[in-house]
Amino acid sequence: MANAADAAHADHHDHLPGFWRRWFYSTNHKDIGTLYLIFGFTAGIIGGILSIAMRLELQEPGLQFFSNPQVFNVFVTGHGLIMVFFMVMPTLIGGFGNWFIPIMIGAPDMAFPRMNNISFWLTVAAFGLMLLSLFVEGAPGSLGFGGGWTVYPPLSTVGHPGPALDFGILALHLAGAASILGAINFITTILNMRAPGMTLHKMPLFAWAMLVTAFLLLLSLPVLAGAITMLLTDRNFGTTFFDPAGGGDPVLYQHLFWFFGHPEVYIMILPAFGIVSHIISTFSKKPIFGYLGMAYAMVAIGVVGFVVWAHHMYTVGLSLQTQAYFVFATMVIAVPTGVKIFSWIATMWGGSIRFTAAMQWAVGFVFLFTVGGVTGVVLANAPVDRYMHDTYYVVAHFHYVLSLGAVFVIFAGIYYWFPKITGYVMPEWIGKLHFWIAFIGANVLFFPMHFLGLSGMPRRYADYPDAFAGWNLVSSIGSYIFFVGLFVFIGGVIYAFVRKEKAAGNPWGEGATTLEWTLSSPPPFHQFETLPRIVDTGH
Amino acid sequence: MAETPHNQRRMHRTAFICLSVAIGMVGLAYASVPLYDLFCKVTGFNGTPVVRDNNASEITDRVISVRFDSNVAPGLSWSFSPEKPEVTVKLGETTTVYYKVTNTGDKPATGIATYNVQPDLAGTYFSKLECFCFTEQTLEPGETLESAVVFYVDPRLAQDSDVKDLSSITLSYTYFPSKAGKPVAEATSSTKPIAQ
Repeated sequence: MANAADAAHADHHDHLPGFWRRWFYSTNHKDIGTLYLIFGFTAGIIGGILSIAMRLELQEPGLQFFSNPQVFNVFVTGHGLIMVFFMVMPTLIGGFGNWFIPIMIGAPDMAFPRMNNISFWLTVAAFGLMLLSLFVEGAPGSLGFGGGWTVYPPLSTVGHPGPALDFGILALHLAGAASILGAINFITTILNMRAPGMTLHKMPLFAWAMLVTAFLLLLSLPVLAGAITMLLTDRNFGTTFFDPAGGGDPVLYQHLFWFFGHPEVYIMILPAFGIVSHIISTFSKKPIFGYLGMAYAMVAIGVVGFVVWAHHMYTVGLSLQTQAYFVFATMVIAVPTGVKIFSWIATMWGGSIRFTAAMQWAVGFVFLFTVGGVTGVVLANAPVDRYMHDTYYVVAHFHYVLSLGAVFVIFAGIYYWFPKITGYVMPEWIGKLHFWIAFIGANVLFFPMHFLGLSGMPRRYADYPDAFAGWNLVSSIGSYIFFVGLFVFIGGVIYAFVRKEKAAGNPWGEGATTLEWTLSSPPPFHQFETLPRIVDTGH
Repeated sequence: MAETPHNQRRMHRTAFICLSVAIGMVGLAYASVPLYDLFCKVTGFNGTPVVRDNNASEITDRVISVRFDSNVAPGLSWSFSPEKPEVTVKLGETTTVYYKVTNTGDKPATGIATYNVQPDLAGTYFSKLECFCFTEQTLEPGETLESAVVFYVDPRLAQDSDVKDLSSITLSYTYFPSKAGKPVAEATSSTKPIAQ
C-alpha cells in the first residue's frame, strides 16, 4: 500500500509540531492518548478527594464534617459520576485505547484523527460542566445535585429545582457525545485498518475488548442521552415523561437508565479484561490460554449484558416471572466471565512467571475481581436482593469489580506500558510498593462494607447508628492507606522522569509479542511507514 | 498508508452505519415511552388498571376486598375522599363506588386525576368500566363533585399464581394541579428545603 501519500508523510516524520499545536490541536493518536491519561488521572484525584471526604464523615457516627447532610449526598453523586465518566472511561478507553489500538493492529493512526481530537476536548468541556454543577443551587438551599449517579426521578425532577442538575445533564450529554464519536472511531479503525494478514481472529485481545466495548457504547449511550433529555424537558419544559400527574411513570426512567447502566459496567471492565490478558501472557511467557474462547467470552458478555438490566430494579414491583428471568439471565453472565478467569489462571499455569509490578497488579485484579464477581452472583438472586438492596453490600460489590477491578488494571496497564509511553524505565520496586499499599488499603476499605451491608446499613447517608461504628472506622482507615499509595505512584512517575533511564524497545523480553513492542520506546511520532505483515499467530 | 480511496470509502461507510445506529438508539429510547405506556395498558404491568367496555365474566364465590385511597398533590387545596374506604366484592361482580371532591380553597382551581392499583401485579385483573381520569376538572370555591368508578375484579385472578391468595386490592387516586393551567409553579414551590 506504499504510495505517494507515504512519501509525503515521511517528509514531516519526526518533525514535531510546537507545544500548542502538538497538545491542543493534536490529531496524533498517541498524543491524544497521553492527554486522556493525564485527564483521567486528574479527574480521578478529584473524585478520590470527594471519596476521602465521605470516609472522613463516615469514620464516626454523627455529623463531623458536613453540617448539611445534603452536601454529603452531593459528594456521593459527584464521586460516582466523576469516577465513571471522567476517570475509568477516559483512562481505559480514551487513554490506553487510543495509545495502543492503532499500534496493536498495525495501523498508522486512528481512522478519523480530527474526530479523536473533538472527542477529547468534548470530554474536557463535559468535566468543566460537571464541576460547575457542584457550585450552583440544586435542592432548595444547598449547592449541587445530590440524587445519586442514577439521577432517578422524582428526586431529580421536583426535588432539585435549582440548575445544578441541568448542568449535570448537559455534562453527560457532552461526555456521551464524546464517547459515541470515540466508539465510531474505534469501530472504523478496527474493522478497516488492520495490517495485511491480521484477521479478526489474529487480533490481540485488547483490540477485541475495545471492539466489543465500542459496540456497547454505540448501543447504550444514546439511550442514556434520550433518558436524560426527557428528564431535562420534564424539569424545564413541562413534559411529563416521568411525572404521574401527566400520565408518565418514574419507573420508565429506571428501565431506560439501566438499559444503559448495565452495559456501562461492562464498558468499564471489558478493556480491563483485554489489558490483563496481555500482561498475564507477557509475564508467563506463554500465549494466552484459549484465545478464541477469551475473545468470544467478551462478545458474549457484551450481548448478554443488554438483557439483564432489571436486576438493578428487583424492588420496583416486577412480576415473579420477570424476576425469575432476570435472575437467570444475570447468572448466565457468570459463565463467560468464568471462562475468562479460568483462562487467565490456565495461562499462568506452567508458565515461567515473573512477578513484575504490572504482573502483581494483574494477578491482584484476577483475585479481587473474582471476589466482586462472587458477591455479584449473590446479589443476582432476587430474594437475597430484597434484603441487600441499597445496602453497603452493594457498595462493596461494585467497588470490588470497579475500584479494585478496573482501577487495579489501570495501574497494571500504567506499569506495563510506562516504558513504552514515556521511553523511561520506572524502577520495579515503586510499582510493587504501590501495589501492596493499594492491595491492603483497598481490602481494608471495602471488605468490611460486606459486613455493614449484611447487618443492614443503607447506602448514601451521612450518618448511621452507633451499631455500625466499628467497621466504618476500619473502612475509613483503609481509604487513607489507599490514598497514600497514590503518592507513591506520583513520586514514582516523577522519579522516572528525573532519572531518565532509557527503556529498550521491548523491556519485557520474550513474552511480549504484540506489535507495540516491535517499535522503539517511545514509538516514533508516526509509526508503521511500511505496514507490518502478520504471518504467525503471535498472541 | 492505508488511506487509499477505496479504503477511505469503506471507512466512511462504517462510520455512517455506526452513526445511524446511534441515532436509531436515541429514537428507540423515545419510542419506548409510548411503547411502555401501551405495554402497561395492555398487560396491566406496574399497576395500570385495565379499562374495558363491558363485563363479560361470570361472578364467582371467591371474595376480595377492594380498598379506596385518595390523595391530593401539594398545590391544590381540595378535599378528596371515597364514600366508603373499603368494599368486599365477589370476583366478576360489577360494583360502583363514588368519590367526592370539594374545592376548599377560596379561588377556582383545575385538577387532573390519575390512578394506580396496588399491588402492581393485580393491575391486570382490576378492570374499570367507567372512571374519571386524565380529564381536567375545574372547581369553583366550595363546589363539590361526585365521580363514579365502575369496576369489576376479573375472576382469572384466582388462576394467577402470583396473586391468587390476595385478600385485598387498593385503588389509589391522586388529584394533581393541572399542568395546562397556571398553578404548576405553585405546586413545585411547595417543596421544602432538605437542608437542616
